[in-house]
Amino acid sequence: MTATTETTELARPEPIVPTLPGRTPLRLWWSDTLVFAGRNIEHIRQIPEKLLDVTLQPLMFVLLFAYVFGGAIAISGGNYREFIIGGILIQSLAFGLTGPATAISTDLTEGVIDRFRSLPATRTAYLSGHYVAELAGMALSVVVLLGAGLIVGWGLHNDALHVTGAFLLLFLFCSAMIWIGTYIGLVVRTPDAVMGVGFVVVFPLTFLSNAFVPIDSMPNVLQWVAAWNPVSVVVAAVREMFGNPASTVGKHTWPLDHPIPAAFMYCALLLLVFVPASLRRYRTRTSD
Amino acid sequence: MYQTHVRHTNNATATEPGGVTAQGLGKRFGELWALRDLDLDVRPGTVLGLLGHNGAGKTTAIRILTTLSTPTTGTASVAGVDVVADPLGVRERIGVAAQQATVDGLMSAHKNLVMVGRLHHLSKRDARRRADDLLAQLDLAENADQLVKTFSGGMRRRLDLAASLVAAPPVLFLDEPTTGLDPRSRNDLWELLRDLVRNGTTAILTTQYLEEADQLADDIVVLDHGRTVAHGTPEELKAQIGTDRIDVTVASASDLPLVVQATERFASYAPGVDHDLLVATIPVVEGTRLMEIMRALDAAGIDAVDLHRRQASLDDVFLTLTGSNDSTDEVPE
Repeated sequence: MTATTETTELARPEPIVPTLPGRTPLRLWWSDTLVFAGRNIEHIRQIPEKLLDVTLQPLMFVLLFAYVFGGAIAISGGNYREFIIGGILIQSLAFGLTGPATAISTDLTEGVIDRFRSLPATRTAYLSGHYVAELAGMALSVVVLLGAGLIVGWGLHNDALHVTGAFLLLFLFCSAMIWIGTYIGLVVRTPDAVMGVGFVVVFPLTFLSNAFVPIDSMPNVLQWVAAWNPVSVVVAAVREMFGNPASTVGKHTWPLDHPIPAAFMYCALLLLVFVPASLRRYRTRTSD
Repeated sequence: MYQTHVRHTNNATATEPGGVTAQGLGKRFGELWALRDLDLDVRPGTVLGLLGHNGAGKTTAIRILTTLSTPTTGTASVAGVDVVADPLGVRERIGVAAQQATVDGLMSAHKNLVMVGRLHHLSKRDARRRADDLLAQLDLAENADQLVKTFSGGMRRRLDLAASLVAAPPVLFLDEPTTGLDPRSRNDLWELLRDLVRNGTTAILTTQYLEEADQLADDIVVLDHGRTVAHGTPEELKAQIGTDRIDVTVASASDLPLVVQATERFASYAPGVDHDLLVATIPVVEGTRLMEIMRALDAAGIDAVDLHRRQASLDDVFLTLTGSNDSTDEVPE
């Protein structure tokens, strides 16, 4: 503006007719979603360290449990390295909920959310954009983890149908985690609170489960906790569909005895609760 | 530098109703009315200045008109579209530059503008072209690929303004656009705004500075504690409150009534007296010379410590209009 006296004639240009007017609301929603997802990916391009959480960290866990703790934990009827990958996979994806939670609560504390709200973009596209971007991040996490698993001696030992089922379950589980994270991000007052919530909720849920050790190695009370813990059920379902060794169980519960249907049900239930809750929360949080 | 498709013509949108109207607009937060009974009628291609202190209700009014907030009472329409019934329709027709810069610090300036264009449903090509054009016009071309978080306050403001212009909106809302800008940037921004308005844009801007409203606005609404205390053209307002003030500083508080008495015939309104600062502020009749005041004071035997002529400030406006310049209790927005 300083050296442009000759160009200060800033005209109100002919309104550029939006080129997408003939689009259906669904197409518009999808194109808005991709714009918001692209924004998240641009953030990662600027701060690549953000990806360490979903790549390097799970990798460390694989090495730690395969080579450091692995020797001390015995699995009846199987190899611990085959056992541990399913556990680390679910644990990493569960911790992934802190990603959308932090991103969304950061946006809400900054002015940029008002800019988005004053634009004619589809209202829910902001949340679905986060979902798409986070899902891509989690997919990367799965690829890195399973790749590392293959190197340390993990493998698939089941038919294509079951393996496909396992990936479908992972997809649903990731979705559930992202929407829980979205809800947390919309509820907490500051981004700093997210890590606390993550540790208080996710940490016990993933460790009081069959993710790292067989359930029957735990004290009696914890065995009940672990047997009812949804994380155990999802881990058991993934192991079964991958054809990996299962955790030996001391306490029998219906979900853990039927992990595959139970895991799908748990994920569906979480999505049914947290998607509408997030949408409602977004509406109330961003209007006055 | 850039002349192609943004030739300014009074085109299609100029024929559609591009003004802003409001009737009885009010917003209550809990027990507090942040805004009460606001009536507006902004004709297309004119500028309305909302003048008031922090917490006077300016931002609340802007937030309602830009669909970010729903009114507790009243109705409003922007470019012929009702803000409550069709918020999406309003958002298609407005540009907003908020008080707090609303750009994404973790993206480049160019990417910010492209994102805004895409969310206005421009094609990728149009969005990019528009971003290039606006960055050039707002003298940010050299910083196009720089991360916004490295921008200075003034650059951020300009980018925010660029973002509000992406869709070439018929109605523009600017919430304290020049707060925190140095005088040169402020003048540049004023010039820019005048260009936009000359070419048919309707603008509503808020400001705490009487001078700014006087410079830019065709109409001024003065808000105080959520209520409209004055409404008119800058000329009408100035005729009502007078433009010039002369501050007389004395050595002792007992001299203050004497000053008021001695200068009575030059005052267009009751002078204001500040007992703490020992200053009497005289709203002088137009054409009064400083020398006349000096002679009058001298004749009355008053030894003035300081004599200072200045333009009326917002505080003076409130003092004159409401009889108080108490503006410290803020309404949360």
